[in-house]
Amino acid sequence: MSDIIQKVKNLSIGFKSKKGEEILILKNISTKIKKGETVGIVGESGSGKSTLALAMMGYVKHGLYTIGGECEFNSSNLLNMKSKDLEKIRGRKIAMIPQNAGQALTPNLKIGYQIDEALQLHSDLSEKEREKKISELLNKVRLPSPETIALRYPHELSGGQQQRVAVAMALAGTPDLLLLDEPTTGLDVTTQAHVLELLNFIAKDTGTSMVYVSHDLGAIAQVSDRIIVMYSGEIVLEGPSRDILKRPIHPYTHGLLKSIPKLSLAGLPESMPGSQPQPGIIQSGCSFFDRCNFSEDKCKNNSPQLEFLKELNTSVRCFNYEKLLKESQVNQNVNKIKNNSKDKEILNLSEVSISYAKQKLLDQIFNRISDDNPTVKDININIKKGETIALVGESGSGKSTILKSIAGLLRTKDGFIRFDENRNLSSDLKERNPNDLRIIQLIFQNPDESLNPNHTVEEIIAQPLKLYFGLKGEELNKNIIDLLQKVRLGEFYMSRYPRQLSGGEKQRVAVARAFAAKPDIILCDEVTSALDVSVQAAVLNLLQQLKEDFGTTYIFVSHDLAVVRAISDRVAVLYQGRLCEVGPSNDVYKFPSHPYTEVLLGAVLEPDPDIKPKLVAEDIVEEKPPEKGCSFQGRCSRILGDICKKDIPPWQLTDSGNAIRCHIPIKELQKEQF
Amino acid sequence: MTVNSIYKEEKKSAFQKVSEVIITMASRPSGFIGLSILVFHIILAFISPYIAPYDFKAINPTLMLQAPSAEYWFGTDDLGRDVFTRTILGGRTALTITFFGSLIALLWGGLLGIFCGLVGGKIDDIVMRIVDAFLSIPWILAMLLIVSLLGTSTEVLIPALGFFYGKGIVRVARAATHDVIAKDFIVSARARGHSNFSIIWNEIIPNVRDAILVEGAMRWSWMLLGFSSLSFLGFGVSPPTPDWGLMISNARGLMSFAYWAVIAPIVGLSSLIIGINLTADAFAKALGIDRSTKAPV
Ligand SMILES: Nc1ncnc2c1ncn2[C@@H]1O[C@H](COP(=O)(O)OP(=O)(O)OP(=O)(O)O)[C@@H](O)[C@H]1O
Ligand code: SF4
Ligand code: SF4
Ligand SMILES: [Mg+2]
Repeated sequence: MSDIIQKVKNLSIGFKSKKGEEILILKNISTKIKKGETVGIVGESGSGKSTLALAMMGYVKHGLYTIGGECEFNSSNLLNMKSKDLEKIRGRKIAMIPQNAGQALTPNLKIGYQIDEALQLHSDLSEKEREKKISELLNKVRLPSPETIALRYPHELSGGQQQRVAVAMALAGTPDLLLLDEPTTGLDVTTQAHVLELLNFIAKDTGTSMVYVSHDLGAIAQVSDRIIVMYSGEIVLEGPSRDILKRPIHPYTHGLLKSIPKLSLAGLPESMPGSQPQPGIIQSGCSFFDRCNFSEDKCKNNSPQLEFLKELNTSVRCFNYEKLLKESQVNQNVNKIKNNSKDKEILNLSEVSISYAKQKLLDQIFNRISDDNPTVKDININIKKGETIALVGESGSGKSTILKSIAGLLRTKDGFIRFDENRNLSSDLKERNPNDLRIIQLIFQNPDESLNPNHTVEEIIAQPLKLYFGLKGEELNKNIIDLLQKVRLGEFYMSRYPRQLSGGEKQRVAVARAFAAKPDIILCDEVTSALDVSVQAAVLNLLQQLKEDFGTTYIFVSHDLAVVRAISDRVAVLYQGRLCEVGPSNDVYKFPSHPYTEVLLGAVLEPDPDIKPKLVAEDIVEEKPPEKGCSFQGRCSRILGDICKKDIPPWQLTDSGNAIRCHIPIKELQKEQF
Repeated sequence: MTVNSIYKEEKKSAFQKVSEVIITMASRPSGFIGLSILVFHIILAFISPYIAPYDFKAINPTLMLQAPSAEYWFGTDDLGRDVFTRTILGGRTALTITFFGSLIALLWGGLLGIFCGLVGGKIDDIVMRIVDAFLSIPWILAMLLIVSLLGTSTEVLIPALGFFYGKGIVRVARAATHDVIAKDFIVSARARGHSNFSIIWNEIIPNVRDAILVEGAMRWSWMLLGFSSLSFLGFGVSPPTPDWGLMISNARGLMSFAYWAVIAPIVGLSSLIIGINLTADAFAKALGIDRSTKAPV
């Protein structure tokens, strides 16, 4: 009995709609968290996972209220506790690390002071003891030289370091239960892997129970003993981590695992149709009915109950789980992408450098840019018609910067951008003629930001049609409907506003707007990052289909290496605005040979308990590229010495056409693999 | 693909949108009260000349300072004029002048704010410095100077008030534009090559309009108070035109024995200000704008 630390019993939380209906966010949730256990809660946005985690510390968000049930912590119900008693538990017995915890640090207070505050609040230590405890905590979260870190301000730390400080603060009260809401979302791939590894270590070391909330099965897979899968406010599957990831017996989880791209598989995974229903929509029947591949007639009107299967130690909410039991394993089918690239060059970046440095008055007057160490330097890429080339690299490596310059939104310092073998594109938007602007279109990461909230879908798609082709009336209308059909949206979407669309639908509208201009090149900046995992594959498949139909060229930027693997023909790896490696995806992924590519690929989190990230280099973040030598020298674990610090490494070509920029000879690089 | 019923919201005409906002406003008790008071005052301003029982300027020495009675509901003032008549007429000038003043404030404040937010950089800095400098001048002194130089005619008062109350709107419009300008849909429009005018008209204005309108409504109530203060000081409406500020000023010495002559215009003025305030608040809430973060000037 006493090994259960938190018990959620029949918990329902909801809100009252404008019309006075009661709308449920959590529907009758029951679960238990054991001492020392780490539990992952996964679900897409809107599935209620954060609401559940907050309820576990006795907190119900403003506007929501508890409809029934309880959250028992050490046998007392947190949800009807007085706030004075709750204060004694929060921070001390239960701590929470919110999403973007690093950014939640007070900017103008030193790290040491902030941890001290947490200690004063959540422990009874004397000043001396607290001082000792501060460096102990900073040590525990493996921050280098705790004494100096304690004296720094949050902005003087990298994102990963800030997250470590947040973990240290949460540990200040030596909690029994630690709740983490998307603890690594928004961090770099490499940083993410390091932070998760640290959390794993802390869980083992201190015996703290942890609850991870995330949309990312890859991250959850690395840390949890047990996984709870939520869909539309319900638990649909709950069981041991390995079983859930290897043999998911609920159709949603099954489909989800099938639709997540994997590093080991080139090509696009199958997509799951539709999207999660909004709260309050489905009244009867299984909430996954619309999207389910295993559904039967009875699912439509009867809601399945959560059923506990003793032999598997798993709970599942599905009538047909037995069908899935028979499938031994998730067989992922991928549609191999056709390499459409022609021999003809469509875009050539030559010696491109871009600087963000503030220019001196004299330079401004002569309209020139001077900067010895620009953010992006010496970019040479030759892009073929019809291919998909991906730019990868950590945050700040200059991926978006390069795209902006290609679009003419950012002036280049040096170099030129040539279109169609003979036309130089000015790097100044104002000097490009309308046709130059038309041939290159952008799709952005977050459709909430890239679609004007006050325009209807019709108005959004009409913009490029009117601007470039001067379409009007019936013809305009016909073209809009045509484009909507191409992105698999019906005509009735025309009068909708972006807020009336789901994330995937919004991104489809953005895709339609880009294709409306009949462009030759589309720049995709993290186009799937803001989407739910179950919708991501559908958008990727759509992009691929359109590309094959229209012969468009994509320049695809993403931090997700598995997604890049799925869709791209060629990959360019960037570090600190300098190219490290360019080559066909197959080769870059199969034989990672540049030391930085190895680091990146090693850090990828896959939803598979058997694939652990390989942490090669430190996750330090460098502010500026080095002035001389190799851009990666600061973090390279295979650094050769002075030569790397002094000379820019030469390009070396492999047999398969990979270009690698490193001082280590190719043979050597390829030999020393894991 | 399934269609969720929650998304079944169709494009609405401007009239539908406006009436929906008004219904939402009226569905809150405070909004309902505010709207009722405001509508009452506006209707009163239109019909009062026709329903006033007496001539507002008829002086009658024999009827000086009569207490409220069946004949003279609100009593009479020190010149024997009917206070009820003068009270229901007393909001007309103030309401008209400040309404048009607010429109002018909205127009120049909104446009300048959007312009500053859009161009940014040095020009924005300089313009905002100048606006701040103007903000630091006590407006009433400046108003008094203008009025004593140019007179108290409507043609002077409306633009002068509009100018001074537009400064706050500049800031709100600029801040709202700043928020919008960083969004990708503006970048997208730029990358497509739309003109600046098209970007302002199609992309920016629809997104900052609400914030500016709310600020304008709020400014209206401030301006009303300001205008009445001017009248109170004798620089607004000239006698014998009835005006609450002026009436309060005239009758304040008689407070101890003829309270009715002061109370009626005070109730008129404060109820109108409260009405506009509540309405503006409900307006902001109906549009989903959080006013608490905006500092009053
Ligand atoms: N407007 C700006 N002014 C100054 N520096 C900038 C600006 N925008 C970006 N930078 C800097 O330029 C570098 C490259 O940024 P960029 O946005 O291109 O990176 P990215 O690879 O797209 O990263 P992410 O994955 O986070 O989107 C970073 O060091 C960044 O801090
Ligand atoms: S109950 Fe039916 S619809 Fe629901 S997940 Fe199971 S098979 Fe699919
Ligand atoms: S050139 Fe040197 S520092 Fe750079 S990646 Fe190669 S070994 Fe590492
Ligand atoms: Mg970027």
